[in-house]
Amino acid sequence: MFQFLEDGAAYFVRLIGLSVDSPFGAALHFFLYDSVKIIILLLLITQLMGLVNHYLPTARIRSFLSKNKLFGLDYVFAAFLGAITPFCSCSSVPLFIGFLRGGLPLGLTFTFLIVSPLVNEIALAYFLAAWGWKFTLFYLFAAMTLAILAGWSIALFRLDSWLSPWLQEALAKTQAVQQQQFKAGKPNFLAIWQEALGTLKKLLPYILVGIALGAFLHGYTPEGFLENYLPKNSFWSVPLATVLAIPLYNNAAGILPLLEVLIQKGIPLGTAMAFMMATIGLSFPEAMLLKKVMQWRLIVLFFSLVALLIILLGFLFNAVAPYLI
Amino acid sequence: MKSVKVLGTGCAKCKQLYQLIADYKAKHQFDFELEKVEDIMDIMAYDVMGTPALVIDEKPSFVGLPSKQELAKLLNAN
Repeated sequence: MFQFLEDGAAYFVRLIGLSVDSPFGAALHFFLYDSVKIIILLLLITQLMGLVNHYLPTARIRSFLSKNKLFGLDYVFAAFLGAITPFCSCSSVPLFIGFLRGGLPLGLTFTFLIVSPLVNEIALAYFLAAWGWKFTLFYLFAAMTLAILAGWSIALFRLDSWLSPWLQEALAKTQAVQQQQFKAGKPNFLAIWQEALGTLKKLLPYILVGIALGAFLHGYTPEGFLENYLPKNSFWSVPLATVLAIPLYNNAAGILPLLEVLIQKGIPLGTAMAFMMATIGLSFPEAMLLKKVMQWRLIVLFFSLVALLIILLGFLFNAVAPYLI
Repeated sequence: MKSVKVLGTGCAKCKQLYQLIADYKAKHQFDFELEKVEDIMDIMAYDVMGTPALVIDEKPSFVGLPSKQELAKLLNAN
């Protein structure tokens, strides 16, 4: 699909008198090819998500989920809808409250909340660029499954009493909010396009720095360079990567370009994926936000649960890597 | 007298929205009451599903960051 881009980048490298096999030439080639490819994919995906957002605003998703209780299928819906809706982490608290007030169960709300940051436009664009659609679909499926399992376990233990006391009171006092009827008008393509460009502008510095670092590693370090430092199939590498990632709060855009290169250089796929998922899905700033609506024990439980599932996913990715890439 | 409220718990986007409206107000000599609502309990009362949210005359009118044109349309609408 992107062969012409790769050839174009190679042509440009040769044009300025470098060999694609020299360290600098290889790095430059990687940088050009990767950044153009990612920018194109990112624009496409943000467009698509903008359209989805127009037809399915969160208020509409809430009313859909509260009306359709289909023997656990509602969890599948919640995971899927969480995956296709873009939302920024500063909205997670109002969204959380909004869902609960709409009469949605806590477990379902968690499912939505977990999947949203894991499946974001940057991750999708990046995976498509680096590893193709098979891998991307598998990732999507894995992240949804993770979120469904986490939501189910939270529902199983009936943890509503672990919400902040004021929220419990408020929820008990208010009737479930009236779901308003919703009609989507014509989408405003210009606005969606502007929004997509705005997103790109915001992310671009992170993406370019990430790709530049990746390009450097790509050109100047030998293949398999990290293998000497990392026990390849060590049982501990996945949990270690997950735990190390939690205190890191990194914009996904910066971390993703490095992944591809780290994997080329010898880090097992599942380990790198676990590191990425934990970086995006679990962060201290998010915990501070959630403190407004949950007691500490619920936050700790939520984090541990997600970390555990990420570790399982890491093992899974390590096991299936040969078939995906 | 129109009242305009920006709901948000203090994230970057919320501050941007507030600034956007404050600038608009100054530039167009528009007369309305502008206030920030940062307390989550107060925000909850409006039943918005995301922040920043724009509340005009006690009615939630927009979630997210509107463009300048959109903002002008919203403020002049009623």
